[in-house]
Amino acid sequence: MNRLSSYSMTSRHLLYLFRRAPHGTLYGWEMLQSVLVGAAFEQQVSLAFVEDGVYQLVRGSDTRATGTKNFMPVYQVLADYGVDQLYIDQAALATRGLSRHHLWPVTDEETGRDLLTCCNTQQLQAVLTAADVVFS
Amino acid sequence: MADLFTVNKSPYETTGLVSALRFAPAESGILLLEDGVYAAIRGTHQASVIAQHQDKSFYALQEDLVARGLNPDELIAGIRPVDYAGFVDLVVAYDKVQAW
Repeated sequence: MNRLSSYSMTSRHLLYLFRRAPHGTLYGWEMLQSVLVGAAFEQQVSLAFVEDGVYQLVRGSDTRATGTKNFMPVYQVLADYGVDQLYIDQAALATRGLSRHHLWPVTDEETGRDLLTCCNTQQLQAVLTAADVVFS
Repeated sequence: MADLFTVNKSPYETTGLVSALRFAPAESGILLLEDGVYAAIRGTHQASVIAQHQDKSFYALQEDLVARGLNPDELIAGIRPVDYAGFVDLVVAYDKVQAW
């Protein structure tokens, strides 16, 4: 019943789950395009980065030599599309020798608010549970 | 009701099962399908992984087991085989599906 009633609402909470590194496959870029579509339809949109998905936000990437698309700048303008929450798995970062300062800043330019939250397992469980739909 | 987590990759290929188990709260359902069913066979390390998650319900898709020559009657204790119709029942019963 919960499920049916949530489908009848005009705005649903969509969570996009990034699980893969950015340049080896097109998953990340295509997911990001899907994020923009969700935001364009005025849904509540959040992103979560787990497993190799945490590599999506590593700063300093330069794809000119590989001739592939550098879609990193899109992450930095997500606030302009009304995306207001990005969650990243603290444990996945640590496993990969990364921490917050290795990542691009993702801020709302107007307010200066940092959109990226480092989460532990319990916090990510709550984020996943709270979403109406999880895309992965 | 909680969410149904589907896992469709072999546990020897990706960390999908490990991640799904980590992010699935108590009462969640874990459905192994496609190459995910390789986690369901007895006599492997996966049995001890799954044994640590007795607060969750485990299922394996029968059609995918049979397609891979795996016997639905010889699964790790606690994993229930379900057929396609049972898969639909699970999707209806749980709040939503998370594909891992």
